[in-house]
Amino acid sequence: MAALPKRIIKETERLSKEPVPGISAVPHDDNLRYFDVTIDGPAQSPYEGTLLPPFGGVFKLELFLPDDYPMTPPKVRFLTKIYHPNIDRLGRICLDVLKSNWSPALQIRTILLSIQALLGAPNPDDPLANDVAQQWKEDQNQAIATAKEWTEKFAKA
Amino acid sequence: MDSDDDFNSSQASGDDFLDDQDSDLGLEDDSDFDMDQDDVGFESQDKDMGPRKQAYEVDFKVFDPQQIQGSQDRQIDEVSSILGQPPEATAILLRHLRWNKERLIDRYMDNQEEILESAGLGETAANNPPKISKVAGFVCDICCEDDPSLDTFAMKCGHRFCVECYRQYLYTKIKEEGEAARIRCPGDGCNRIVDSKSLDLLVAEELRDRYHELLTRTYVDDKDNLRWCPAPNCVYAVECGVKNKDLMQIVPTVHCECSHDFCFGCSLNDHQPAPCALVKMWLKKCEDDSETANWISANTKECPKCNSTIEKNGGCNHMTCRKCRHEFCWMCMGVWSEHGTSWYNCNRFEEKSGSEARDAQAKSRMSLERYLHYYNRYANHEQSAKLDKDIYLKTEKKMQQLQNTTGMSWIEVQYLDTASQALQQCRQTLKWTYAFAYYLARNNLTEIFEDNQKDLEMAVENLSEMFEKPVDQLQGLKVDMMDKTSYCTKRRVILLNDTAENLKLGNWEFNVKFS
Ligand SMILES: [Zn+2]
Ligand SMILES: [Zn+2]
Ligand SMILES: [Zn+2]
Ligand SMILES: [Zn+2]
Ligand SMILES: [Zn+2]
Ligand SMILES: [Zn+2]
Repeated sequence: MAALPKRIIKETERLSKEPVPGISAVPHDDNLRYFDVTIDGPAQSPYEGTLLPPFGGVFKLELFLPDDYPMTPPKVRFLTKIYHPNIDRLGRICLDVLKSNWSPALQIRTILLSIQALLGAPNPDDPLANDVAQQWKEDQNQAIATAKEWTEKFAKA
Repeated sequence: MDSDDDFNSSQASGDDFLDDQDSDLGLEDDSDFDMDQDDVGFESQDKDMGPRKQAYEVDFKVFDPQQIQGSQDRQIDEVSSILGQPPEATAILLRHLRWNKERLIDRYMDNQEEILESAGLGETAANNPPKISKVAGFVCDICCEDDPSLDTFAMKCGHRFCVECYRQYLYTKIKEEGEAARIRCPGDGCNRIVDSKSLDLLVAEELRDRYHELLTRTYVDDKDNLRWCPAPNCVYAVECGVKNKDLMQIVPTVHCECSHDFCFGCSLNDHQPAPCALVKMWLKKCEDDSETANWISANTKECPKCNSTIEKNGGCNHMTCRKCRHEFCWMCMGVWSEHGTSWYNCNRFEEKSGSEARDAQAKSRMSLERYLHYYNRYANHEQSAKLDKDIYLKTEKKMQQLQNTTGMSWIEVQYLDTASQALQQCRQTLKWTYAFAYYLARNNLTEIFEDNQKDLEMAVENLSEMFEKPVDQLQGLKVDMMDKTSYCTKRRVILLNDTAENLKLGNWEFNVKFS
C-alpha cells in the first residue's frame, strides 16, 4: 500500500487529540483509510438518546477515504438503521457537501459535523428516501414518532 | 391592369374548381392549388410539392463541429462589438451567463463593474494578472505541507493553496468530471469561478486543450434549442425549437446525420408516439417490476398443443411447432388461423367485468395482469426487432451468394435492406404504442388507436414473415415484399399522425397524471 499522505495522518492525529463532542472516528489498524464512526443524535431531535435505559441515540457509520481524497469526498454510510428523509435504506446519505459542494479544503471532522447537523434538521424537500420524505411531508408528527421509535430500537450504545 | 385582370380571373376560376373539388372529392388542401395541374393526379402533385411534413414530425437542423464553432464565434463577435470588450473577454462573459445574450447585455448595461468582477474580469484582475508566489508561514489546507519554498496560488477571493494541490484539483475537475466553464475555487463554500487566465497559468498544455474543448461543449449544453446527438462518438448537435413545456403536446423526434433517431426532449431513442413524461414513467415502472416481468420476456415457450419446447428464432409471431405442426400466435398462444387475417384479441387487453374487480385481491391481480399484457407486447417487439435484424443479416449474406450465381445486381437486392429498415422502425413504434396504450383511458379515441395499432401490427408481422422464406424464393417475392414494406410505412404514418394530432389538441385521456 502507498504511504499515507501527510494530510490524512494530520487529520487522524487531530481527530484523536481534539475529538469533536458527540463524534468519534477511529481508523482500522490494518487499513488507515477506513474509519469506524459513531455520531450521537443531536439534542432535541428525534435521534436523541434517553437519560434512562434504553439510552440509545448512538449511530454507527463507516467512512472510507478513496485514493484521490481529498480531491474527491470521503465515502460515508450509516450502518445503524435510521428513519430519516435524506438517508436511504442502505444508509446512503444525501448531503451536498458529500457531492457537488465538496471542497478539498473540507475535512473528515467537518463532514461528520454536517451529518450530525443533518440529523438535527431533516430536509424532506431534497429526499433520498422517498417514502420517508413523503411521510415527513404528509404527517410530520407521525414521522417524528417513527424516527424516535427506530432510534430507541436500533441506535443503542 | 392586364395582369390584374388575369390574376382575378384565374383566381375566380380557381375558386370554382376548388368548390367542385371540395364537394366531389373532399379536397382539403386549397393553399397548394395550381391552375396548371387541372388534370394531374394526386400522386405527382404531391411530388411537385416535395415531401410534406407529417403531423408527428418537427423541424430541426443538424450541425457539425465546425458549424457549432462558427455560430459560437459569430455570437461572440456580435456581443463583443455591442459591449466593446475584446472577443476573449466576451466569451468568458457569455459562458458566465450560460450564453444568455440578452441577460448579459442587460446586466452589463446595468452594472458593468459588477458583472466583470463576478466573471473574473474585473478592473483589479486587469491590473493584477494572476500570479504564483511564495508566502511565509503558509500551510496548505489541502495537503498540509508547510515548506517555505512552496509555490502557492490564490484568486481574488484569497483562498490560497499550494500550486500542486491547485493543479491536481483542476485536473480532477477537467479530466474526471468534465467541468470547464464553471469550476469553483477549491475553498470551502467559495463560489468564485476559476477564470481561464488563472487556469492557463496553472495547468499543463495537454489539459488546456481539453479545457478549451470542454468550453466549446458548454455552448451546446447551455443553449435550450441545441442538443448533442447521444449516439456514442457522434460529434453532431441538433437544433430544434420545441420547448420543455411543449413536451406533453408533441414528441420531437430528430434524425442525426449519423442516422441515429432520438428524442430532442429527453435524448432517448425515438419513442413515437409516446410523450417523454409517459416514457419516463413507463421505464421506471418496468424497472420496478422487472422481476415479475422478466419471466415473460423469456425466449422459449411450450407448444400449446404438444407441449414441446419451442424457441423463437425469427421476429415473426406466427409460430409453427416443429413436432406437431400446430400453428399458433407467440404473443397470446392462441390458434393462428383465428389471427391470420384479423389479428384480433392480440393487441387489446379486454377489461374484465366489474364483479371480479370488486374483490380487492382480484383487483391487484388484474392490475398486474393488465400491466403484463402491455409489457409482454412491448418487450416482444423490442426482442423481435433484434431477431428481425439478425435474420435480415443472414438473408443478406445468402443473397450475396445468390447474386454471384444468378447475376442479380446489388441495386436489385436493396429492397431487402429497405424492408429491414422499415421493419425496425415500425417495431420501435409498435413497442411504444403499448406503453402509450397502457396509460390510455378507455374511450372511442382509444378504440381508434388500437385499431391503428392492430393494422400496423398485422402489416409488420406480414412483412416479418417474408424474411423467414427460403432464400431461393425471395427473388420471386420482390414485388410482394416491396408492397408490404410500403404498406407498413404507410400504416406507421397513419398511426403517428393520428396520435400526434390528438396530442397537439390535448384529446388523449390518460389514466394517470404525468408530472
Ligand atoms: Zn497543497
Ligand atoms: Zn475562493
Ligand atoms: Zn449522431
Ligand atoms: Zn423524449
Ligand atoms: Zn406442438
Ligand atoms: Zn395472438
